[in-house]
Amino acid sequence: MAFSQELGAIRFGCGLSPEIAPHESARAIFRGLSQPDKMATEFPVEQTDGFLARISAYRVLNKKLDKSASAKQLEAQREAVRTMRRETAKEAGGWFAQYLLRRAHSQNPMIERLTWFWADHFTAAGKNGILISGIVPYIEAAIRPNLTGKFEDLLIAAATHPLMLHYLDQDNSVGPNSPRAQRNGGKSGLNENLAREVMELHSLGVDGPYTQSDVTELAKLLAGISIDVKKGRTFRIGMAEPGAKTVLGKTYGAQEPAIDHAIAALRDLARHHSTARNVATKLAKHFVSDTPQPSLIYALTDTFTATGGDMLAVYETLLTHPSSWDHSAPNIKQPLDLIGSALRALAIPPKSIQSLAPGKLRSLILNPMAQMGHEWGRPLGPNGLPEADETWIGPQSIAARLQWAMSAPAALMRELPDPRTFVETALGPLASPQVQFAAKAAETRWEGIGLVLACPEFQKM
Amino acid sequence: MTQSPLNRRAFLTRSAVLGCSLAASPLITPVSLAAAPWDSRLVVIILRGAMDGLDAVQPVGDPDFAALRGIARATDPLPLNSQFALHPALAPLMPLWTAGQLQLVHAVSTPYRDKRSHFDGQDLLEAGTPALGSTAGRDGWLNRLLQQMPGITAQTAYAIGMDTGAILDGDAPIARWSPDSDLALSPQALRLAELVMQTDPRFASSLSQAFFLADSDGDSLMIQGGRSEMMAAMQNDMQASRKGAAGQRIAEFTADRLLEETRIASFSINGWDTHDNQSTGIARALNSLAQTITTLKTRLGPVWDKTTVVTMTEFGRTARANGTGGTDHGTGGAMILAGGALSGAKVVSEWPGLSEAALYDRRDLMPTRDVRAHAAWVMQGLFGLDRAVLERSVFPGVEMGSDPRHIA
Repeated sequence: MAFSQELGAIRFGCGLSPEIAPHESARAIFRGLSQPDKMATEFPVEQTDGFLARISAYRVLNKKLDKSASAKQLEAQREAVRTMRRETAKEAGGWFAQYLLRRAHSQNPMIERLTWFWADHFTAAGKNGILISGIVPYIEAAIRPNLTGKFEDLLIAAATHPLMLHYLDQDNSVGPNSPRAQRNGGKSGLNENLAREVMELHSLGVDGPYTQSDVTELAKLLAGISIDVKKGRTFRIGMAEPGAKTVLGKTYGAQEPAIDHAIAALRDLARHHSTARNVATKLAKHFVSDTPQPSLIYALTDTFTATGGDMLAVYETLLTHPSSWDHSAPNIKQPLDLIGSALRALAIPPKSIQSLAPGKLRSLILNPMAQMGHEWGRPLGPNGLPEADETWIGPQSIAARLQWAMSAPAALMRELPDPRTFVETALGPLASPQVQFAAKAAETRWEGIGLVLACPEFQKM
Repeated sequence: MTQSPLNRRAFLTRSAVLGCSLAASPLITPVSLAAAPWDSRLVVIILRGAMDGLDAVQPVGDPDFAALRGIARATDPLPLNSQFALHPALAPLMPLWTAGQLQLVHAVSTPYRDKRSHFDGQDLLEAGTPALGSTAGRDGWLNRLLQQMPGITAQTAYAIGMDTGAILDGDAPIARWSPDSDLALSPQALRLAELVMQTDPRFASSLSQAFFLADSDGDSLMIQGGRSEMMAAMQNDMQASRKGAAGQRIAEFTADRLLEETRIASFSINGWDTHDNQSTGIARALNSLAQTITTLKTRLGPVWDKTTVVTMTEFGRTARANGTGGTDHGTGGAMILAGGALSGAKVVSEWPGLSEAALYDRRDLMPTRDVRAHAAWVMQGLFGLDRAVLERSVFPGVEMGSDPRHIA
């Protein structure tokens, strides 16, 4: 249960690199979290503002033509819509590529790991049109700037981001006694999807002390929070529910509704002891082991509670707790971790990823990743990816990992490293005699590289 | 780690002795080829996201139904009897109804109540226990069924697709595979892959299963030639997987397995969480379910007569439409049974009614029977299992009650 540079780089970073030395101590990893976010400027992606402008333009394109429009005009419109969808999907592929490159080249790769951890904790996705391409702008705006602040600010930013409001159907939820509901005679009303997932997944956890009534009351508080393609999140008072609401025994709001009442309820949920425990457990499972030491979970919960959800302090506890360095039951890398760490070990030149045509990005990265069990931007549900290792080492996942390791590196790089050197670069002291032998015995360079990237030691973190 | 000294020559000699025929490798042939000890086939489809039973199988004869639903209900449903009608997206199943091969079970649920979490609801559905984490370990009820059957092999039961859950987890051996996964490697790379996986038994056993499955799904696992041959083989797989919808491929793969040694298969269909604009969402999901069932029927040919398909979901949805043309998480729901082994077409339900007072929690369809009881009676009919075994081991604590006579 002692720190080692390799374990630090693999467990709390994006793996070993031939170009970037691992941090020398757990403290050094921790200090890296407060450094300026160089990767965000070196590998920029679209921000939410830019993406909202696209949605705005897309809506204009989709506007119904009047009845006099000819068949030709209609076809031209359809074509313009298709083109914009295609162009946006192409650009979104580029943003994903930048995210991979950040993993490959970051000096402080724990930032990339935390970014994905929280993006998955607050799973959101677009369900139609160009919104399907919106995941990276969401992560960049709602998650990344809030990694090291208070948990409550992260919760509020993520749960009320336009993509989340869309994903969990909040944007059309209407208070049953709101002016809007009264105007159209009961045809509109509450949608409790976001309210439930905020409690069950984002904050308290499914074992938390909430009831159906708390879900409904929170849904009433959230009613009115909606999307404005010019401004992003907005509060439509005509859709909001007047009157006081009671969540977990505390009363919020007044006759005149306001977004502040919902925000106050979210803050209280974020500070709740059940939330501390839920977040602590998930962090320990994600970064350390499916079966973390209870003492680690207690320590993380205590830090969360004592600091009012100061995430930087929680990460400090995570990095400095002795059982975080226990290597007896390591996790299996998720598909994104595997691909990111492979590109890092290969020191992939940015151009070779950035210049991939959309079809190539799909066949070399996105499709294989989906076969490993992670379809980028298309989550199976708001609970995100499973943490349990069994998910990631079934036969189909192993087949997909092996096939990707054998085929993708050679397709991405003109010159592959010598497998005998690469086994040291990628695994250092963790290399088994078997993989060292395989790297030597392979008939071709690409098979040698593939075997190193597919071996069990490289799948673990 | 026990390891005899390795060198390239010794390794290649071993490979040469094993030869190039995969069937000759003990690592890649983990199962016997004996036929399963029984002939009936069972397919369990998990509908993830909570299917709205009230829209799929509409209680059109209930006086309170129309008023509750407004727009979250398909118009022009297909009448089954005076009380119930089928959602029009299930029209491809009407020929089965006519042929006596479709049954609808209504107002049922698992024992899960009140928190209405998809994920806990699905865990309980697949565990088949009265509560989570208490009575049983982490195994699923289909695996516990297998544990009761003599003479099973690793091919008897299949979990199919990328997101198969816990329903088949447990001590009895099963196979897991997604028809989209494939492997194409040189003989040397295959053997070295076996070697590197030796350091972890979980990886080693997954790999040998992957080798077996990749070799048995139509195209060869082993390729002769270099990188361009491998890339070409992968390209072929990719094209094959783009040709049909994923659901279609899963149904075809399932049928192909059932035509051979496999007797039990499970996979899931997603897309049921219709909080918003339900009419579009549920039609898509129901259509994909109907296509899946008709694909199974067509592809199974005469074996369809020995087959029962059971579809189940974690819970139903609210009796009332919500404010966004959808429905929220509820309690009681419906099951759809299909197959040539069924006893005839019928709707099975102890209908509780939809008046405010009859609803569960004044919001959801009241479940009047446990979904597990129906699944248990199906298995009793198909496999002749003892009622006591079903009530104690497969579904601990379930009351099977009177026989709904699902199976002929």
